[in-house]
Formats: sequence, C-alpha cells, structure tokens
Amino acid sequence: MTVTEPKTSGGVIGTRMLRKEDPSLLTGESKFSDDLVIPGALYIALLRATVAHARIVSIDTSAAKSSAGVVAVYTYDDLKDDWAGPMPCAWPVTADMKNPAHFPLANGKVNYVGDGVAVVVANSKTAAIDAIEAIEVEYEELTPVLDLEDSVSDSTVIHQDLATNSSYLWELIPNKDAVDEAFSNAVHTVEERYIQQRLIPAAMEPRSLVVVPAPFGGDFTVYTSTQIPHILKVMLALTLGISETKIRVIAPSVGGGFGSKLNVYAEEVLALAIARKLRKPIRWTEERTENALATIHGRGQVQDIELAADANGKITAVRVNILADMGAYLQLVTPGVPLLGAFLYHGVYDIPNYSFSCTGVFTNKTPTDAYRGAGRPEATYAIERAVDALARKMGVSAIELRRRNFIPKEAFPYPSAAGLTFDSGDYAANLDKALSILDIEPILAEKQARIDAGSTKVLGVGLSFFVEMCGLAPSRVLASLNYGAGGWEAATVRILPTSKVQVVTGTAPHGQGHETSWSMIVADKLGISPDDIEVLHSDTAIAPYGMDTYGSRSLSVGGSAIHLATEKVLDKARAIAAHQLEVSADDLEYSNGTFAVKGSPEKAYPLAAAAFEAFTAHNLPDGMEPNLEASVTWDPPNFTFPYGSHFAVVEVDTETGKVELVRYLAVDDCGNRINPLIIEGQIHGGLVQGIAQALYEEASYDAAGNLLTSTLADYLVPSATEFPFFELDHTVTPSPTNPLGVKGIGEAGAIASPPAIINAIIDALSHLGVSHIDMPASPQRVWETINNAGK
Amino acid sequence: MFPSSFDYVRASSVAEAISILANEEDAKLLAGGHSLLPLMKLRLASPSKLVDIGRISELSYIEDRGEYVAVGALTRHRDLEVSAVLGSSVPMLSHVASLVGDPSVRHRGTIGGSVAHGDGASDLPAAVLALDATMVAQGPNGTREIPASEFFLGFLETALEEGEILTEIKVPKIHGGWSYQKFNRRAQDWAIVGVAAVRNGSTKVSLVNMGSMPLRALATEAAMNSGASISDAAALAAEGIDPPADLNASADYRRHLASVLVKRALEEASSS
Ligand SMILES: Cc1cc2nc3c(=O)[nH]c(=O)nc-3n(C[C@H](O)[C@H](O)[C@H](O)COP(=O)(O)OP(=O)(O)OC[C@H]3O[C@@H](n4cnc5c(N)ncnc54)[C@H](O)[C@@H]3O)c2cc1C
Repeated sequence: MTVTEPKTSGGVIGTRMLRKEDPSLLTGESKFSDDLVIPGALYIALLRATVAHARIVSIDTSAAKSSAGVVAVYTYDDLKDDWAGPMPCAWPVTADMKNPAHFPLANGKVNYVGDGVAVVVANSKTAAIDAIEAIEVEYEELTPVLDLEDSVSDSTVIHQDLATNSSYLWELIPNKDAVDEAFSNAVHTVEERYIQQRLIPAAMEPRSLVVVPAPFGGDFTVYTSTQIPHILKVMLALTLGISETKIRVIAPSVGGGFGSKLNVYAEEVLALAIARKLRKPIRWTEERTENALATIHGRGQVQDIELAADANGKITAVRVNILADMGAYLQLVTPGVPLLGAFLYHGVYDIPNYSFSCTGVFTNKTPTDAYRGAGRPEATYAIERAVDALARKMGVSAIELRRRNFIPKEAFPYPSAAGLTFDSGDYAANLDKALSILDIEPILAEKQARIDAGSTKVLGVGLSFFVEMCGLAPSRVLASLNYGAGGWEAATVRILPTSKVQVVTGTAPHGQGHETSWSMIVADKLGISPDDIEVLHSDTAIAPYGMDTYGSRSLSVGGSAIHLATEKVLDKARAIAAHQLEVSADDLEYSNGTFAVKGSPEKAYPLAAAAFEAFTAHNLPDGMEPNLEASVTWDPPNFTFPYGSHFAVVEVDTETGKVELVRYLAVDDCGNRINPLIIEGQIHGGLVQGIAQALYEEASYDAAGNLLTSTLADYLVPSATEFPFFELDHTVTPSPTNPLGVKGIGEAGAIASPPAIINAIIDALSHLGVSHIDMPASPQRVWETINNAGK
Repeated sequence: MFPSSFDYVRASSVAEAISILANEEDAKLLAGGHSLLPLMKLRLASPSKLVDIGRISELSYIEDRGEYVAVGALTRHRDLEVSAVLGSSVPMLSHVASLVGDPSVRHRGTIGGSVAHGDGASDLPAAVLALDATMVAQGPNGTREIPASEFFLGFLETALEEGEILTEIKVPKIHGGWSYQKFNRRAQDWAIVGVAAVRNGSTKVSLVNMGSMPLRALATEAAMNSGASISDAAALAAEGIDPPADLNASADYRRHLASVLVKRALEEASSS
C-alpha cells in the first residue's frame, strides 16, 4: 500500500479543531468513576504491607471486624476459593519464563511495601480506613532484595518456588560472530552504563472503581478507571471464573493513565469477587500514596551499551545488555516492556550488526509495567547518549556523527539488523529543519564566551534524534513475541435515519481526544459537520470488540479502522443513490454530503436521503440489507516509525548544580497530521514527562525497601512553571503502512526528551571534565558530578 | 489520606477562641489549614477538636504604625504579597510571601499559622527572624510580646503557650538592603535551603531548612558586623549548624548551599 496523503474531501483533517471533550470536562459534567452515585455501595480499603519482604506470622482482624461500620474483613485464606486463579500476566516472553503466582492478597508472604494483606468492607470510606488501622499483622522479616545486581546473584531468592530471581533471559542476536568481529575490527568503541530510574506514573485521576451486580441474572457492571476495558473484561472473566457474557466493563471519563491503567489490578479482582460474594455494589478509590505504592511503576533498568565504529565514525555494531526490574510480581505486560525497546537500540542509524539481551529480575519493590513509551524511552536514551559519547571520544560534533550514520532516505522501507522494517523517513531533512530553527551558532558563541569569562552559569546544547515503533501492532508480529493478544482494532460507522452518525470504536481514550479526532476522520470523508457525529467507546456492551489504547496505537490502528468503515458505509450509500438515480455507482461523485452524476450535477441524491432510505428499506437495490452501517476490523501490516530531532539548551549553575532549561525545540514527524492542536498537546505532555525523568522524578527507596517518595511533596512531578515555552515544528513523511498515512505521537515526547536534556548537561559541563551523569540530574547530583570531575 | 474523626467549631472572636481552647484539652487552632490539615491527613496529628479562627476578620490587616508595620495573624500570604504598605516599607515580606507554595496555598495560608507552626523549612518564620519582628500573643492571662529571636524554640515548637493565640506580628521597616534567596527544585516547593538577609543598620541573616527550626547564621552575622568581607562571612554560613539530610540534599550539600546563598543574599542586600 502506498499513501502520500490521506484521501480527504471535507477539509476537516489537518485543522486545529477544538476538542469536543473539553466543555463537559471543564464544566464538571463528565463523570469519573469516583463521581458515580451508586446507592447502597460498600467501600473497600486494603491493609498494605509495611515491610518489603516478610513472612506473615499472623493476621488478627478481630478488632477490625467489630469496628464501627464494618461489614467484613478478608484475608487471602478467606477469599482463596473466590477466584479461579492468580492474576494474569499476558506476556510470557519466553517459554521458560518464571512467573510467581500473584494473588490479590498476599498468600503467607509479602513481597513489597504496598502488597495487599487484608481487605476491609465497610459502609463508608472512612469506616473502612479506620478499620484498617485496627488490623494487627505480625511479620517475620526477610532480607529485602532491592538492587538489580544483588537480585541476579540470587543471594536471597524472593519466590522460593522459582529457585531464582531471574524471570527470563530474552535475546535478539541475529549473528553473534558478526558482532564480535565488528568489535574486534573497530577503530573506536564506547562502553557505557546507564541507569533508568524507576518512575511513578501519577495520573491526575487516581485509580477508582465501582462494581455493580445486576439485580437479577448474575451480571456485573464494572466501572473502572482503565485504559483497557476490553482486555480487562476478558481477564476478569478468566481470573474470577465468571462468563465473559456476564461482565460489562465501562471506563467512564478517565483522567490519564500513561500505561499505568493498562493493567489488571488486585483491587479490580477483589471488588468483583466481593460484589459477587456479598451481592452488593463495591467501590474503591485509590489514595495518592497508594498510587505511589500499589499502581505499577515505570522504567527500572540497568543498561550496558557498547558501540563499535570505524575510523570515520561509521557505527558497525551495537551490543546491549539489560537488567530489567520486574518488581515483586509480573503484572499484565511487565516482562514484555523491555522487548518494546529491544529492536530499537540502533536508533536512527544504519548499524549492520546487532546484539541485544535482557534479563528480567524480581525485586522487593512495586511491580513495573508499561509507562509512556514503554521500552522505547530506554532504548532511545541508551543509543542517543552512546552516540554522544562516541562523538566526544572521536572529537567530532554530535550532529555530524549522527549525519554520518543516519539510515538514508533512499533506504526506506528499511530492513533493520534487528529484524524490523522501518516504514518511511527522511532523517536528514528533519534535522536540517530543526537546525534552521535552532540557530545554533550564537548559542555556541555565548557558551564559549561564558566559559572564557569564568561564569558560573554555563550553557549546553543537547540533541536527541529519536525513532520509535508504535501503532501496536501487527497481530502476527505479536505472536512471534509470545504476546497473549492481537493488535487489531475494530470500528463501526452507523448513519442513522436522521443522518446523524454514530461511530463505535474499540479504542479507550483517557485524555487523548479520540472523540474529536475520530469525528474529524469521519466528517472529512462524509463531508458533514463533526458535530453531527457521536463517538461511542469504552463500554464493552456498546463497543464489543476492541484492543484499547496504549502504545500510540489508537490513531494508526483504530483511526484506520474508522476510515475504512467510513469508506465502506459510503460505498453502501453510493449503491443506494445509484439505484435511486438509476445510474451506475461508478458514474457518481460525492462531495459535501451529496452524490451527483458526473457531468450532470443537477442529477443528485443526498447522503441524508440514502440514510433514510436504508432505514425505511422501501426501495433498496435487490439483495441489499437495510440500515446504513459498516464494520471493519483492521490489523496493521506493520508498526509505524515516528521520529524527530529534539534539542535542549540548558543553563547549569555550577555553584549550586541547578539546571535550568532555557530552550526546548522538538521537530517531530508523525506522518500525516489529523489535528495539530491535539498533536501539540500530546507532545507537550510527553516532553514534560520525559524531561521530568531527566531532571526531577525518581521512585526512591531506603535500605529496608520503604518507598521514600510516596507523596507528591516528595515525588517531584514538575509543573508548568518549570518549563520554557516549547518550540514545536514538524516534517511530514506519511506512513505507507496504514490508509491514513499517520504514525503516532502519544509517546514521542517522553521517548525523545531525556537524552536531549542529559546530553545538554554533559555538553555544558564537559570543559570541567564531566562525561557522564545519571538521571534525574538533581542539583545535588550535578554539584557532586562537578566536584568529582575536578578530582 | 483521611484524618481521624474530630470535632469542629468556628470561633467568631479572639476571646471566644481563647475560651474554647481553655476548656478543651486536645483542641487545636485552625487558621488556613495548610500546615495542620496535611499533618492530620497523614495522621501525624489527631486533635480532638479544631477551633477555626480562619474567619476572624479583625485579625486580618496590614497597618503602618510609624517605625513598624503591624500585620494581623490571619493575614493571608496573598495579602502580604500585594500589600502597598509592605511594598514600600517591608518589601522583603511581600517578596517572601510571593514565593510560598502555589497560588492556592497563598490564598489560604496565613502568616500567623506559618509563624505559629514554626517549621524550620518554612519561609515566613525565617523572614520574621531576619526582620527582627515581634510576635504579639493573647491568652487567658492577657497579652504579651515575644521578640522573634526568642520565639522559635525547636522542632515545631515556639514560645506560644497552651491556650495562647498569636494575634499580630510587628515588623520593623527596612531602611537598608535586603535579599531573600530561596533554593528549590520546583517553584511550588519548600526551600531546600533559603536565606534571608536584612541590612538594617546591623546585618541579620537567617536560614531556612538548615535545622529543626528557623536559624540565625550567627557566625556570618558576627563577621559582617565586625567588617569582614562578604565572601569570608558567607563561608561561615553553616558554622555550628548541623543541617538535616533528605532526598534533595545531604548535610554537606546543604552547608555548601548555605554558603553560596548567603553570599548571594549579602551581595544583593548590599547593592540595594
Ligand atoms: C502544597 C503546600 C505547599 C507549601 N509550600 C510552602 C512554602 O513553599 N513555604 C512555606 O513557608 N510554607 C509552605 N506551605 C505551608 C503554608 O505556608 C501554610 O499555610 C502555613 O505554613 C501555615 O499557615 P496556616 O494558616 O495554613 O496554618 P494552619 O495549618 O491552620 O495552622 C498551623 C499550626 O499553627 C497553629 N496556628 C494557626 N494559627 C495560629 C494562631 N493565630 N495562633 C496560634 N497558633 C496558630 C495551628 O493550630 C497549627 O498547629 C505549603 C503548604 C502546602 C499545603
């Protein structure tokens, strides 16, 4: 399939349409799970482990049971017959992957601070929380395993039945000998170790849910703040042994997820189990500290990366070894997260020899899982920092070295050494555009002038040129990675008798503006107003099929399904119009809501008439079914590969170590652009999260395994005040892998920005002898780095 | 993040608040609630009763009294920030208030609450210390005045007695230079280290988050007042001080920051 531009008729695509979602969000009309008024609901609260690794000697719930307002108190033993099996991990990355049984409540042993120990059911939230304090647990403490290298050594094994802390070893080494040879022939090599600190997703809306049993029939409605209503329905059915037909999952308005709501959580399983047991609605909303402790964390890797290059700096091989922190258990896709980056450690460079291996290890910490970018920020960080290190070592400019290694424009579709086919790209043109906006010469002159003047405010410029694979995902590729589901997306477009349009999508937006973008795709094609289109989503009874929203997949996969369903419904309308006008369908052209005979525009038939005709079915072509509706399930043939140049200019105060971001320029290429306003919003949010990783955020633990950053006073999510006005621009290289020619933008900012910031800091300090700093580059860490470099 | 249960009563005058406090052992005053409620939510404080003085408007004022400016204890940070009286007579206090937390904190939090709480990491207590202000307290036994240098006694501990209410803060006008250096990672945060310097005849320098309570940089002050250079005096900023260590700063880094910031503060205070 070759696409240069989306086939548009309405001029809606590409406009900065304001989001349809916003008025009701801004006025509070939209409802989040915790807003739902459900009479008679009981509240649950969890007692969570206060120690990282311990055997449970005893749990005394007697005082809690008699506490005011308490209906029941349960431990693992009380509920063990209420579920059919452990909570799911859908991504067994290797056949011999070790996966500890993970239940909603701890079975005799706790494995991280935050692990569920008991659950209280009470008639108010405060009664439930007060009763939690009355439960007494006696622990026999065990040595906590916190460090990844300690963990691999197996000196203390967390899950005794597995006999090791290593969950899996996953390798992608197409030709080991060739890699070794490239390294032995190399003129220049670099060998670097980078740390990807753990991050806490911290969505604005914490997790929240209400499970409502139907008054008869044994059905349950699960309202939950999730990114994956469809997947969750299937997983809850399997985990609890309830027929899938009896569970309806609805995600009301969802206030952000960033991957943290791409999961099946203990509280969801518990609430459904208890609702079934007590035949009462059950509700729960996470507290902010629970969000830090018991919602998944992101990242958590030790990355060893080596590059081999010839005399010219042409990189000939990349070798990567990763230790990836799984945390205490495998959540829904925990083990697969590093694999989403595994193919991208050569970045935008044409590197012929490739070696990647990853060991997933358990620790006594909160489980990790997908967090904005999932695997790809880690890969981008490693290659973009290593290329800078190579440039420094060779004494060539980081920009020049990148140019020497870019995958050339002519090479697309580009078969990578890691086994992917990069869809399309023109990296040099994108970099040229960024450089023309940046105007780097005066910055470099100012940088030098400050060094010469002995200033304590030094400047640095950092570049990150990223590529990612998104649009998850071709189902067959997922099969080859052992992923437990497909990557298709479903859409239905329904033109109603009054010619209003219903669009049903399997995507599950939680801040991305799908109602707007999907309306635009349909409006553009049908030549009608986006206001006449209603997008239905995130309710498994209304949108029965779907693979939900993550991995920058919704537009390229879900949007394509909608585009194709719209074409299909329009074809049916065209057949009705042709029948009514007594011409052949091929003789009709369609614009602005009306079919007209080519060459005789007075012979016309409006779409609205076709819609009504399809409804009355009084005079349809022979054999045509009534109603104007079409469904398409689209399975993409390939990933999409967005890319772009990101430049950071920083000012470092060498006396205090504080880094100030002076400028940030992002020139992204996400293929064709549906709504630039939404694209820019996604980039802004992604940049803030990525820059936060570089400068502010880290889940810190003490030596006993207590999370020290369990409130938003300690876990430093930055605010708008900390950022300059982002400078954004773009290039457009349509993707040939989907009919819209789009790529994906939801994760790009978070993927690209961390190395741009760190490279800029190192650039600012390199005259002092600094060549490395880990994230987050806190003032103290920068100050210490400067001190140590001087020694 | 839910407090234990408690009773709540709203006082409409200082006298009423004093009498409720006298009759209830475990009652606590509630002003803006922006220090007390976070402690209660973490269940680090569990008072049996809150006596809300937040709406006693007679305690919200900023008045020029000649040599000093009188600030009512219930004056919100935001009112300090925009006060014309302070702007011309004690601009440092407006500036410091403008750096507290974020706008919603500044619209609720009160100077009296901040000073009475006596948090060594807070901005306003250190500011009143460097400004040599005087606290006015009312209690069952009448009214008394406490100089800032005798007000802060230890970790969240002040010279206020059980049952006393801080009603007013008398702030001497600034005739010389001043500076407030707040060092933090995010604009909305507490200071990792902060420094207030006031050159009002003599030089006073106070430190934020360098100990369990707001501290004076006594060695620096002594050096300055005996004619040492700014760099020499600044090098003594942390002399005799044992700063805390936390996620943002080790004790060593805090000592270093204190010297850097004191130097910047003294330079700025000397140039204005
Ligand atoms: C998110 C956030 C960020 C913040 N950032 C900063 C910051 O950057 N810098 C900073 O300095 N502060 C900061 N604060 C604290 C804020 O300034 C508080 O408002 C202030 O410290 C306390 O004032 P309050 O009126 O809210 O007191 P309350 O919380 O109501 O009371 C505090 C204590 O003082 C007692 N009290 C109150 N009024 C009186 C009185 N008149 N007489 C006797 N006792 C009294 C109370 O009983 C209580 O023990 C922040 C707070 C929050 C929530």
